[in-house]
Amino acid sequence: MKNLLILGGGTAGTMVANKLSRKLDASQWHLTLVDKDETHYYQPGFIYVPFGVYRPKDTYRPRRAAISKRVETVFSDIEAIEPTANRVRLENGQVLPYDILVVATGCEIRPDQIEGMTGAGWKENIFDFYTLEGATALNNFLETWKGGRLVLNVAEMPIKCPVAPLEFVFLADWYFRRRGLRNKVEIIYATPLPGAFTKPRASAALGQLMEKKGIHIEAEFNISAVDGGKQILRSWDGRELPYDLFVTIPTNMGVRAIERSGMGDDLNYIPTDKHTLQSKTYPNIWVLGDATNLPTSKAGSVAHFEHEVVVENILRQIKGIPPKPAFDGHANCFIETGFDRGLMIDFNYEVEPLRGTYPYPLVGPFSLLKETKLNHLGKLSFRWVYWNILMPGHQMPVSNQMSMMGKQKLVPSLAQ
Amino acid sequence: MVLTKDEALKDVQFNAEGFMLDPKAWTPELAEAMAEGEGIQLTERHWLVINFARHEYEANGEAPTLRAITKNSGVDTREMYALFPAGPAKLAAKLAGLGKPTGCI
Repeated sequence: MKNLLILGGGTAGTMVANKLSRKLDASQWHLTLVDKDETHYYQPGFIYVPFGVYRPKDTYRPRRAAISKRVETVFSDIEAIEPTANRVRLENGQVLPYDILVVATGCEIRPDQIEGMTGAGWKENIFDFYTLEGATALNNFLETWKGGRLVLNVAEMPIKCPVAPLEFVFLADWYFRRRGLRNKVEIIYATPLPGAFTKPRASAALGQLMEKKGIHIEAEFNISAVDGGKQILRSWDGRELPYDLFVTIPTNMGVRAIERSGMGDDLNYIPTDKHTLQSKTYPNIWVLGDATNLPTSKAGSVAHFEHEVVVENILRQIKGIPPKPAFDGHANCFIETGFDRGLMIDFNYEVEPLRGTYPYPLVGPFSLLKETKLNHLGKLSFRWVYWNILMPGHQMPVSNQMSMMGKQKLVPSLAQ
Repeated sequence: MVLTKDEALKDVQFNAEGFMLDPKAWTPELAEAMAEGEGIQLTERHWLVINFARHEYEANGEAPTLRAITKNSGVDTREMYALFPAGPAKLAAKLAGLGKPTGCI
């Protein structure tokens, strides 16, 4: 009997486990999935929690319920991967040997990486929303807030879901308007990037939208420290931003177990072949989702497009065929813009987000880089799609490689 | 004979953002000339960073990120901003004749 071991039961690990459980011969392969805890969070739902659109209980399910019964599940933190010995040591004392390893351990926020962030004011008027705990505490704060200066800061790139901070300020604008507080709230978006987003075309379109909503962008702001006592953010180039409410997207890093295993880069991300998704160092290790160092977004859509490539390449490896360089960096995301509208973007390593329709040319139903009600409904219905189609590893009616069909190569403007 | 800044840079190819197209064409003299264009007088500490960036490029094929520089070169973030104001990793890569550091996706 051979062992295929999957580390991580989030979006990426769950999809790989379920798909492999149907493709691998159960008389030859034993499948095991390890995760540190028993709860699977629907992370795209976290953005709605601060504004009371979702309650905390809308964002999680038991991990075991999403994983095929043909997969053995072990709940423990990982002590270290020992890639030269082909085994993984767990915190609960178990040692799991493997023939093939899939690493889908994701990334996590590290507020401890910024001086003063976890000091005075942390979880009082300084909150994250990348954890359910942070998003829930922020909801409690907002429900009784009388207004003031809200500063959102992205500490350092790359971050998981690079559109989430934008959605946050768009939804905040909508939330405060609905509550009749907008004229009492100043919204500042402080980012290390030169503009609203990483890709120039989308950045221009999103920048216009922010201006329209009265959100101020503080560009190229590289945070050096938080002074929670004085309620000031400082940047390395000497700027100071006072705040009443500070919403932070702290530095994102791969998990500490990757660092303990000596397998990560400076942010604990694993060097991975950008087209085959094989570890650059160990041929029997495959990496996907937020755990990789790939130059594409850290997002569930990316994990989805990647999982098909990883499954195929593992099956090829078992047959002794070289891996297929099939991953093109494809990512797409819904972006909530408030007032029951949303945008959608679709891009890969080479091609920036363009105007057009998705997934089908002309008919869509989703509109790219354009605010529509249907895009917003798409995002809301996505929770059902996530649990019922994506996680079980069913086929989605979209290609994992990006398509140019139905796209316009024009510089978009949201004013049109 | 000491070349002037313009003479030194005359035959070098740059992209639109001012990064050298061919890292192999880099010489320490070019770094001096490019630094002059940025209004920077190169000190021993600048050279430590530039040499570190060259070394990383030769080992990994990419310019190091700010985090990689501050973690491994002995120059901390505060000093990096003093040596290479505005975007330190970007400017250090530029003066080392390398492409823009990745990591901003």
